[in-house]
Amino acid sequence: MKKIEAIVKPFKLDEVKDALNAIGITGMTITEVKGFGRQKGHKEIYRGSEYQVDFIPKIKIDLVVDASLSDKVVSTIAQSGNTGKIGDGKIFVLSMDQAVRIRTGESGKDAV
Amino acid sequence: MMKIFLPILIIFISITTGWAGDGPLTLESNKAAIDLVQSHADYMWTLIAAALVFFMQAGFALVECGFTRAKNAINIMMKNLMDFSMGSLAFWAVGFGIMFGATKTGWFGTSGFFLSDFTLGGDPWVLAFWMFQVVFCATAATIVSGAMAERTKFIGYLTYSIIISALIYPVFGSWAWGSLFNGNGWLESLGFIDFAGSTVVHSVGGWAALAGAMVLGPRMGKYAKDGTIKPILGHNIPLAALGVFILWIGWFGFNPGSTTAANKDIAMIFVNTNLAAAAGAVFAMLTSWIKFGKPEISMSLNGALAGLVAITSPCATVTPLSSVIIGAAAGVIVVLSVLFFDRIRIDDPVGAISVHGVCGAWGTLAAGIFNIGGTSVKIIGVQLLGIGACFFWTFSMAFIMFKLIEKTIGLRVSAEEELEGLDFFEHGGNAYPDFDVSSYGGIVETVKSYGKTSFQESVEKLKGLNPATE
Repeated sequence: MKKIEAIVKPFKLDEVKDALNAIGITGMTITEVKGFGRQKGHKEIYRGSEYQVDFIPKIKIDLVVDASLSDKVVSTIAQSGNTGKIGDGKIFVLSMDQAVRIRTGESGKDAV
Repeated sequence: MMKIFLPILIIFISITTGWAGDGPLTLESNKAAIDLVQSHADYMWTLIAAALVFFMQAGFALVECGFTRAKNAINIMMKNLMDFSMGSLAFWAVGFGIMFGATKTGWFGTSGFFLSDFTLGGDPWVLAFWMFQVVFCATAATIVSGAMAERTKFIGYLTYSIIISALIYPVFGSWAWGSLFNGNGWLESLGFIDFAGSTVVHSVGGWAALAGAMVLGPRMGKYAKDGTIKPILGHNIPLAALGVFILWIGWFGFNPGSTTAANKDIAMIFVNTNLAAAAGAVFAMLTSWIKFGKPEISMSLNGALAGLVAITSPCATVTPLSSVIIGAAAGVIVVLSVLFFDRIRIDDPVGAISVHGVCGAWGTLAAGIFNIGGTSVKIIGVQLLGIGACFFWTFSMAFIMFKLIEKTIGLRVSAEEELEGLDFFEHGGNAYPDFDVSSYGGIVETVKSYGKTSFQESVEKLKGLNPATE
């Protein structure tokens, strides 16, 4: 099994979710995160004083899939989450040891 | 036929039933009845206006809450609730008598404490007048909580609320407005113009706010050692904007209501009030646009209030065109003033000193300059005298008071309290509990304990976790 973590722009979430559903992915978890890469931050102004905002809001998508699906999922997210502008995000693939469905107790491939 | 019959019938019925009053219809009884209707209208307008001005308390609370951080939201609400409540009681007990009581010297009143002017079955006008005046006193008092937000001990603030409502505000008020009731102030005898209180209410609040902010010192982290100003962002701009709209509508009671009479004068006062607010908002927005490159919301909101404060003194004695000019100038002044106070490192989270103190002074001066009846050196001189007397009295009294509070019960919270937030340490609560993760998924377990509660243990544990670092 592989765990895929994708960080995307918040307004791209629906597009990514729909694209994943279309290839048969049935579940995912999202978190609201903040971060930066080479996009860096920007300056804002409040009552005449400038301040730096370094951390930009993003959405992190976590999903666990069978290893055979991993490449397809990665390319689907990369395509649907792309805007071509700086700050599009990243995708990470990790090895996953174990997964368990709490309702039924199933584990392994049956749990994802 | 009907055109003749109906009026005759009405006159017949009114004569026989004494509809215009008891007894036969005479010119005197008719006049008395008409006067009574006018009197009723005076009461109604005054008290509706008083209710509008009361609603400004909500405006102040929302502005101050929106412009400060979420961790202090409960505290700012408590301070706003209490400066009105404790202030009302203090003004009832002492303040009203000092401001409007009979006076030998023209410097303060000595009668009418605890509303002693009112006897059951007697003339209730004193009650309507008191009601209108207490909400004005409370307006002055609540201005200060904004400038002192996010670092003031609650008990210190309560003490201040009593003293400003019982003493500082009423004494100056007696100089300018005493003769509206039983008093007679030295300043008004010279012809000082302050119709609804740019100086009496707003500058008093503004200069007390200045004293408080100076004695307190800035919030931690606001000013860096190298001189840069680090903004501390308000947590809810929509709340602040709603607060300004509420203040704006409340001002339609503040200014026109100061006639304390239902007559046609209120129309021009309404128009002047609105035009000055609008001009203030627009010109503050333009000033911020030019200075910062973008039209900034918090400055524009301050601009609307600045226009309102400035027009408060001249609203009955200037033309609508003058109101636009006065408001526009206030809009420019308030932006420059906010930047100025930040540059001399006086931390004012909401701009209260600039909006109320500085623009209150401008409005009072403008009342002399743009006076419909014509201006003169004497008129402007008296206005300047009033502005100066207010500053001298209010600032020095407030400064001494805050210093005394600081030395006795304490004025500023400790460093760790300021960092964690006043809501927890001063009030044991959390303004937005849903945004925190607590155990049991939102259904909070109550702790039964006797003697020392585990909440108090939490407080002790948290203190000392964040040693002060400036």
